[in-house]
Amino acid sequence: MTKKPEFAPETLALARKLMKRYPEGKHKSALIPILHLAQAEFDGWLSPETMDYVAAILNIQPIEVYEVASFYSMFNLKPVGKCHLEICRTSSCWLMGAEDVVAHISKKLNIKEGETTPDGMFTLKTVECLGSCGTAPVMQVGATYFENLTLEKVDQLLETMKSEGKRRSYTDKVQSSNI
Amino acid sequence: MSRKLLLEHDHVPGINTYAVYRQMNGYASVEKALKSMTPETVLEEVKKSGLRGRGGAGFPTGLKWSFLAKPPGVARYLVCNADESEPGTFKDRYLMERIPHLLIEGMITSSFSLGARTSYIYIRGEYYYVANILEKAIEEAYANGWLGENILGSGFSHDMHVQIGAGAYICGEETALLESLEGKRGNPRIKPPFPAIAGAWGCPTVVNNVETIAAVVPIINEGGEAYSKIGIGKSTGTKLISASGHINKPGVYEIDLGLPVEEFIYSDQYCGGIKGGRTLKAVVAGGSSVPILPAELILKTAKGEPRLMSYESLGDGGFLTGTMLGSGGFIVMDDTTSIVKNLYTFARFYHHESCGQCSPCREGTGWMEKILHKILDGHGTLADVDLLWDIQGKIEGKTICPLGEAAAWPVAAAIRHFRAEFEEYVTNPQSIKDVKHYYRLHNLQPA
Ligand SMILES: Cc1cc2nc3c(=O)[nH]c(=O)nc-3n(C[C@H](O)[C@H](O)[C@H](O)COP(=O)(O)O)c2cc1C
Ligand code: SF4
Ligand code: FES
Repeated sequence: MTKKPEFAPETLALARKLMKRYPEGKHKSALIPILHLAQAEFDGWLSPETMDYVAAILNIQPIEVYEVASFYSMFNLKPVGKCHLEICRTSSCWLMGAEDVVAHISKKLNIKEGETTPDGMFTLKTVECLGSCGTAPVMQVGATYFENLTLEKVDQLLETMKSEGKRRSYTDKVQSSNI
Repeated sequence: MSRKLLLEHDHVPGINTYAVYRQMNGYASVEKALKSMTPETVLEEVKKSGLRGRGGAGFPTGLKWSFLAKPPGVARYLVCNADESEPGTFKDRYLMERIPHLLIEGMITSSFSLGARTSYIYIRGEYYYVANILEKAIEEAYANGWLGENILGSGFSHDMHVQIGAGAYICGEETALLESLEGKRGNPRIKPPFPAIAGAWGCPTVVNNVETIAAVVPIINEGGEAYSKIGIGKSTGTKLISASGHINKPGVYEIDLGLPVEEFIYSDQYCGGIKGGRTLKAVVAGGSSVPILPAELILKTAKGEPRLMSYESLGDGGFLTGTMLGSGGFIVMDDTTSIVKNLYTFARFYHHESCGQCSPCREGTGWMEKILHKILDGHGTLADVDLLWDIQGKIEGKTICPLGEAAAWPVAAAIRHFRAEFEEYVTNPQSIKDVKHYYRLHNLQPA
């Protein structure tokens, strides 16, 4: 990203509104919610420039943003594909075949965990329990939980995502899941 | 079973909207509390109910509330713990997604009792879409006069906000949660002071689980005494159980505490038995942190009595032959399951989630993961099994928060009850090839 990051006016207004949710002088509490907005608006990851920009909005030191952004696993400090495929690997999902899902996607997209397809469409990642153990195995892509996965379902989903070609973010407005 | 208290209306179409929720007697507890009760009498009912925290520790809620410091002129807060990251647990998500107003109602009634002018629902980042559902419900509550200034003309005013996390199991620990709420890394604080004295922004704060707060609604509507009559002994009321793994009907079930475990697993009303007609090998009854039990000990206590779904019965026998109710994350494993590999997923989880402040936890979790990896890789020795046992025993009681212990207990229990399986893997590495998915250790494709 060469351009200096700057929120769209609506996002900036939302960020300013979030900062008012806390007691007087405690607006730093809005850091994590605002980082989510930033990650969604600036290509799915938090570059140093983006984090500096967020620090400026909150009027805090950049280091206060870096230390938080690096602590939480949902913040990407490197570019990721438009669709970040996050597959749960913990007990219940493992019991229900999550590893087959990971192996299948890995083979199909020809990438290993942590890698991104050359077209920048998909990044593959395994994550810890998503709170969807009763509908295992499960994969999160942006705001959406895809549950009770089968290899056929995965094939279809990848096709749909690819043909849509759009970035999926946690902040997307989605309907309820299928639990 | 008897009537459901929390999920009674979970299948009513539109129950996630204000209009339908209100039709189903929604917000009655707020009306009752604000119009005919005082903060003290609400607390009395919660005490009488015998309600215990549903987040995992089972601490009596009324007692916790009564510890809240009330220095004049200082704000107090109620913070709802919706971090729900304990593997095997998904009940809070279900409740919030289906019946968001139930949580909001419980938050208002509880805040009235605690004298909290503002409350926050801290929800794990992965549940972003659920946060949006809650935000919408909160808007509806404001629009209908249940939030804001001078609610129902009672003089009680209240504001409520949703606070989103960003992926960190440790933020479910209440002091880490408060750090995160303040816009910091989720590093647990040293206690004391407890949140009841110095919590959010240094102010007295009560942190309660989603289900705990929701349970306040039926307690106020029907009275603490009526609630206390449900359940068994000191395990009063109903409990949401998240059931997953090798069962026919995974899902969230509301049970009366005291239900026999056997009925829960095999009855068609609940889990519906083991998938594919296989046999039960083991159960993790209360989320990943609690000791795993083999079939014979989860169905019956060491004394041969039927094991019940209650704090006391699941705990019967201590950690030698018992376990804990914990968060109610009930993971069922059939006879094909590798206990060692399951343990490896837990060990990897705790290593990933350790915040890193204490050496026994930071180093111990990593070490245990590595040894389990080595064993599953076919290079383990008997000495490694002993080493695992040794390491887990050196974490407990030596850390700032209980995550270290939560990581140690599953290791101890797996070795205690399934030592033979560990020994088989190290003396006959060929046997590991029978483990489902063993190839994944090497990032290989299935054969
Ligand atoms: C590592 C760790 C993770 C925890 N995760 C959660 C959680 O996700 N949800 C929760 O309600 N409580 C969790 N707890 C328990 C909380 O610290 C706290 O006891 C609880 O929120 C109190 O609410 P309750 O009394 O209503 O159960 C966790 C505790 C520890 C040590
Ligand atoms: S026990 Fe582990 S998670 Fe808890 S404070 Fe120490 S290092 Fe952090
Ligand atoms: S174990 Fe995968 S969602 Fe819980």
